[in-house]
Amino acid sequence: MDNRIKSLSMEHITKRFPGVLASDDISINVGEGEVLALVGENGAGKTTLMNILMGLYQPDEGRILINGQSVKFRGPEDAFRAGLGMVHQTYMLVPNMTVTENVALGYRNTGKKRFDMKAVRQHIEEISGKYGLSVNPDAYIWQLSVGEQQKVELVKTLCLGARFLILDEPTSALTPQEVDELITLLHKMTDELSIIFISHKLQEVKALSNKVTILRHGKVVFSGNTNDYSSQEIAAKMTGHEIILPKNAGRREKGRCVLSVENAIVMSDRRIPALNGLSLDVREGEIVGLAGVSGNGQRELAEAINGLRRVESGRIVFFGKEISNLSPREIIDEGMGYIPEERNTEGIVPPFSIKENFILKDVSSSTFSSKGFVNGGRIDSAAERLVKRFDIRCPGIETAAGSLSGGNIQKVILAREIERKPKFLVAVYPTRGLDMGAVEFIHSELLKIRESGIGILLISEELDEIMNLSDRIAVIYKGVIQKILDKNEATRERLGILMAGVKEE
Amino acid sequence: MVAIITNMLSMCIPFSVALLLASLGEMFNQRAGVFNLGCEGVMAMGAFVGMLIPFLAGKGGAVSQWYNVLGFGAAALLGALFGLFFGVITVTFRAPQGIAGIGLQMFGVGTAGTLFRHFVGGTQSIPGIPDVDIPLLSEIPLIGDIFFSHNVMAYLAYLFVPAAWYILFKTYWGLKIRAVGTNPRAADSMGINVSLTRYEALVVGGALAGLAGAYLSIAQAKMFSDTLISGRGFIAVALVYFGHWHPLQIMGGALLFTLAQTFQTIVQSMGISFPYELAVMLPYVLVIVVLSFTSRNQITAPSALGKPFNREIRT
Repeated sequence: MDNRIKSLSMEHITKRFPGVLASDDISINVGEGEVLALVGENGAGKTTLMNILMGLYQPDEGRILINGQSVKFRGPEDAFRAGLGMVHQTYMLVPNMTVTENVALGYRNTGKKRFDMKAVRQHIEEISGKYGLSVNPDAYIWQLSVGEQQKVELVKTLCLGARFLILDEPTSALTPQEVDELITLLHKMTDELSIIFISHKLQEVKALSNKVTILRHGKVVFSGNTNDYSSQEIAAKMTGHEIILPKNAGRREKGRCVLSVENAIVMSDRRIPALNGLSLDVREGEIVGLAGVSGNGQRELAEAINGLRRVESGRIVFFGKEISNLSPREIIDEGMGYIPEERNTEGIVPPFSIKENFILKDVSSSTFSSKGFVNGGRIDSAAERLVKRFDIRCPGIETAAGSLSGGNIQKVILAREIERKPKFLVAVYPTRGLDMGAVEFIHSELLKIRESGIGILLISEELDEIMNLSDRIAVIYKGVIQKILDKNEATRERLGILMAGVKEE
Repeated sequence: MVAIITNMLSMCIPFSVALLLASLGEMFNQRAGVFNLGCEGVMAMGAFVGMLIPFLAGKGGAVSQWYNVLGFGAAALLGALFGLFFGVITVTFRAPQGIAGIGLQMFGVGTAGTLFRHFVGGTQSIPGIPDVDIPLLSEIPLIGDIFFSHNVMAYLAYLFVPAAWYILFKTYWGLKIRAVGTNPRAADSMGINVSLTRYEALVVGGALAGLAGAYLSIAQAKMFSDTLISGRGFIAVALVYFGHWHPLQIMGGALLFTLAQTFQTIVQSMGISFPYELAVMLPYVLVIVVLSFTSRNQITAPSALGKPFNREIRT
């Protein structure tokens, strides 16, 4: 039996979810040894399409062909048997089981009858040796880092006999070094396998794929050979227009200092100092970018400013008033705006509707309620207006905020904070994991806020983001500010050295 | 004094069997992600059916041991059916498991009591099953009385503890059970039928709960009454948490609880002037105290416990 997959195509696939047309007449085609990049913004329908290919969802219309033969997958077990294997974006691993046990779970469905842990273990070692994927078969999943878990996913998929790999945003949780490692690995694998990989990071698309198919709003808007197009062209096709990330061009006039952190000492969750006497000033109408490798006290600083973490010593002064260790409510009432790091758990209440999330901080204000009763009409009209103004893609204002894509959730948070007319804004990793279109939108909004004379503390790991937006750049290292640079003085190299903890001069 | 302590310890094993079987059954349910609060009701039905068969066969008098075996078998079968029924409600129709469990508990306890009054009535006893002394081992002083002089079901139940461990951690079926209870989405993506696996666990768990009930009526009390189970089903649920979903630790919990219970019976029977109400409370207070101090170990816990699975609902 020749079990190679010479070609795989999906023809005219359509899938509807309640309120959403997730796939609209999509066709793709992958030949032997090819790497197809499936590109699109968040919510464009890439993952849905792949879940259909794996038999996890049933298409409403359309068909799948392998080597020219029409196939029907009722579940993932059918897809396995045909030689497909998928590495999902959220890893499909059972955390309280070992690597071997996780792999063994799939064995029943690949024709291997006997349940023999030793054989499974041997097979894992064989595969990991062959492809250079080093994993410890006896480690529990919860003990492994995200990068290691991804290797386990790859080994698992290959052990189960995959000859065609589907990778859903394989790099989204990896460090830059791990990304490079993965790309090298996948390159080697294309000798024997075909790959579809989903991504919205264009460097990876360029580095890895031969062909690219771009989805937008559930439709194919473009297909072609990767090498024929530049990253910019692909980005433009992905968002529907040319993407030029906005830059902070305005000259800074010396405004008064609105937020000043003085010698703050703040503990981390592990009860060790995360801020070691940090001092930082932000003036009105300027963006101060806080650059640094994550885990150097950024989170603790943001939380201390917003009253979510105790300030052990030192002061935080906001418009001349000391706010350290006030309650979050009191700090909000002073006019502080906050875009928190974890948008899904700290920024919104996921099961609440979009309109409810808009008024979380103001539900008791006289705008939206009187005498303990909320004013539904006013909330609705405010919500409709914000959805339009911030271009939040959603079925309606009653939709649960948690069901939106990351970019749209971030827009909900941004809309709420801006609508409150804050006197200051703390933005923590505001574009982490978002696609280019959403990044562009959020950057231009942040610049608009700056224009209106409001100070912003921007915490980010993305150097481009910091350099594009900031008036001044502060580098944080081990809980203190290493150095503050004016934006004209900052280069990537200089920032990188400072972030690594090397002192200048 | 030594005699009293020996007596207390020797009661411990046979009195803990019902709890042990029920909580091992519940462990399989919960490992697969289904929280079955109806354990009490299934035990009541098992106890009733288990007692009914030898009672009818012997009209209250002596019967062949085979009728007791039949009683246990019928109780296990009935328990399995209840597990299946619970699966229809919670797995197929995805009803909230806590509410469905309370319903099952009330249904089981109520039906068992009603049927008992209809078919038997009053205080009727059955001969039960005899103790078997294990040759040689049972003659060891102290140890013999405590460990090797019990009824057959007690031995079998304790032999089932390592068996349960083996099933859970060393077989493919156990692997599936743990996977669907911790990350059903992962199990699904590996081609495992999540619903079917949960049904299987519920059937096994139900059968064990039925056996546990029958043990109470056939081997322990040798009778049935409305209050025979008296919360043991709920204690069994608590013991599963107490034992971190691990058979050996669950066994430890069952023994600890029973020890506290026999301690209070002995305190009472010795006529020590100690308020009786407080003594009866002791084992239950112990469970609450221990539960509030056990570590919340998120690593071993079946994290999908209580959550119905639906492939096409995105969370």
